[in-house]
Amino acid sequence: MDLQTTIYLFVGGSFALYIGIAIWARAGSTSDFYAAGGQVPPVMNGMATAADWMSAASFISMAGLISNMGYGGGLFLMGWTGGYVLLAMLLAPYLRKFGKFTVPQFIGDRFYSKSASTVAVVCLLTASLTYIIGQMTGVGVAFSRFLGVSSDTGIYVGQAIVFVYAVFGGMKGITYTQVAQYLVLISAYIIPAIFISLQLTGMPIPQLGLGSTMSGTDISLLARLDQVVTELGFGKYTTTTAGSTLNMFVYTMSLMIGTAGLPHVIMRFFTVPTVAAARSSAGWALVFIALLYTTAPAVAAMARYNLNATVTPGIKTNADLYLPASNLVYEERPDWMKRWEKTGLIKWQDKNADGRIQYYDDKSKNPEAKARAEAAGWKGNELTVNADIIVLANPEIALLPNWVIALVAAGGLAAALSTAAGLLMAISAAISHDLVKGVFMPNISEKQELLAGKISMAVAIVIAGYLGLNPPGFAAGTVALAFGIAASSLFPAIMMGIFSKKMNKEGAMAGMLAGLFVTLFYVFAHKGIFFIKGTEYLDLIGGANSFFGITPEAFGAVGALVNFIVAFLVDKVTKEPPAHIQAMVEAVRVPRGSKLVDGAH
Amino acid sequence: MDDSGKAYWSATLRLLGWIMAAWFAITFLGGIIFAPQLNSFHLGGYPLGFWIAQQGSIYAYIAMIFIYAKLMGNIDRRFDVHEK
Repeated sequence: MDLQTTIYLFVGGSFALYIGIAIWARAGSTSDFYAAGGQVPPVMNGMATAADWMSAASFISMAGLISNMGYGGGLFLMGWTGGYVLLAMLLAPYLRKFGKFTVPQFIGDRFYSKSASTVAVVCLLTASLTYIIGQMTGVGVAFSRFLGVSSDTGIYVGQAIVFVYAVFGGMKGITYTQVAQYLVLISAYIIPAIFISLQLTGMPIPQLGLGSTMSGTDISLLARLDQVVTELGFGKYTTTTAGSTLNMFVYTMSLMIGTAGLPHVIMRFFTVPTVAAARSSAGWALVFIALLYTTAPAVAAMARYNLNATVTPGIKTNADLYLPASNLVYEERPDWMKRWEKTGLIKWQDKNADGRIQYYDDKSKNPEAKARAEAAGWKGNELTVNADIIVLANPEIALLPNWVIALVAAGGLAAALSTAAGLLMAISAAISHDLVKGVFMPNISEKQELLAGKISMAVAIVIAGYLGLNPPGFAAGTVALAFGIAASSLFPAIMMGIFSKKMNKEGAMAGMLAGLFVTLFYVFAHKGIFFIKGTEYLDLIGGANSFFGITPEAFGAVGALVNFIVAFLVDKVTKEPPAHIQAMVEAVRVPRGSKLVDGAH
Repeated sequence: MDDSGKAYWSATLRLLGWIMAAWFAITFLGGIIFAPQLNSFHLGGYPLGFWIAQQGSIYAYIAMIFIYAKLMGNIDRRFDVHEK
């Protein structure tokens, strides 16, 4: 069977599976719609949470980022998993005990204020919408690259699929579909990694392969990779940090706090039957996430080695890499390079006109590498490689069979669709439950609210699709914003709501607004006001990364700190919360008496 | 809050404190601040600091959550506030 047919078969089959599950798990009540009836067992909820969490970015981009960054890429691994420790211990069990459908509802009830809940809704919508643009473009990219249709058609098909199972199934349909999507995406990630690990080290388990010696030599894979990349002037793979050590520290912290504060993740813990199940479910989620996250560093390092060894074949023979014979003649490049050149994700430019590919760091700080490149007559790096290729082209680089390539296509789509569905759920719940029922029309019946939920989800799908078709120029910078907002506004407010009985509405509101303001101020200084080009104001804050060398992506933790400090100061000078609120906090802290989640205000 | 309630909450906070300390130590001391020093030790072909940042910390987080869930369950039962 040819590659195209195999891909159609795999992707079509997986879509049929998702729709089948959606028909089986239709939502009949608001409780089904918002919280899957509160009856999802912890292991299954963990699997659904993992699919929800692992987006197109985790599946497609993360290994590529680590591959380029080396050791410093560990901040994504630690940041996006360590946040679950915070979530499991500080938020999930208490929010489950609280027993309501949404995050803004907790903030509104705990701080006895509609304005607090409205601020939370605005934060939630901004974080979720910016996040969903990336998923929709991911769907479009995967379709256009693997199925040969245009990216726009891909987005329409993706919209239609999500519409069917999210609108009719609600949280229940989404949860069970996500379980299937998890299985698809994890096998799509791990199977190629096993093949590649076997090829390079003879060890089938990638997590161990990365720590093994290379087949046919007695040098470890990582040590050899270090040698190769330093000889070519790149930073040493196992030690290069992401900016300063302080920046890596703060960046990791921001991703952790942001992860714990993202509403579409928190919401998953409203679907389990008990408080105890909420605790262990976070552990199961992390087990399933870890399968991918511990494989990613192996994929990253092995792909980095394979890529270098392909364009600089001298690596395989231990030759001097600056000899002409060590560099690949462009006309002899492998077929996969030709295929990916068409997408523009690999580009070659023959700067020294010798017909061979020189792939090295021409801005190296290593004087020896610089001198050798000059002596060899190299005129600059000739190959640019987009980081996203690392995962998508991996099976082709390793010459794996067609069905593996088809599986990767289905896996990328599963990752993007499952996250999009989770985000749509959070958006629709915030609109129908917190705004329509909570603020504008408190008297609507359950049936009407369910209808409002479905309509707002349908509208959200259309908006998400529109933004995916016409991605605003700032799309790349917005994920930083989603994490920044979740870390600086939502996480501290929820945490103080649980752990400080005396925190009042004035403190919480001032804290949320201050954290949000500081974070936006710093991000906008670098990227422009609302990401509009030309409105950056770096001079005002004293240049790029002026706050102790911290990059804007890493700033969420600083925003969270400001939130905590402002909240406590304001809390000290205003009057304490009413007695019934303090009693409510005490009740939230003990598991006994937990009941099914419901929406009553 | 009655005395038993206070004791329950302080037992909870003590447990959280211990696990947060381990979480901080693994991530920020082991994986970032002291990673260069730890790299002089090896785990198979892995430099230790690199291994913690890209593999070990994730395994540790899983262990932390399950240990927390188990010990928290014990505390719930000791103070008789568990779900029936």
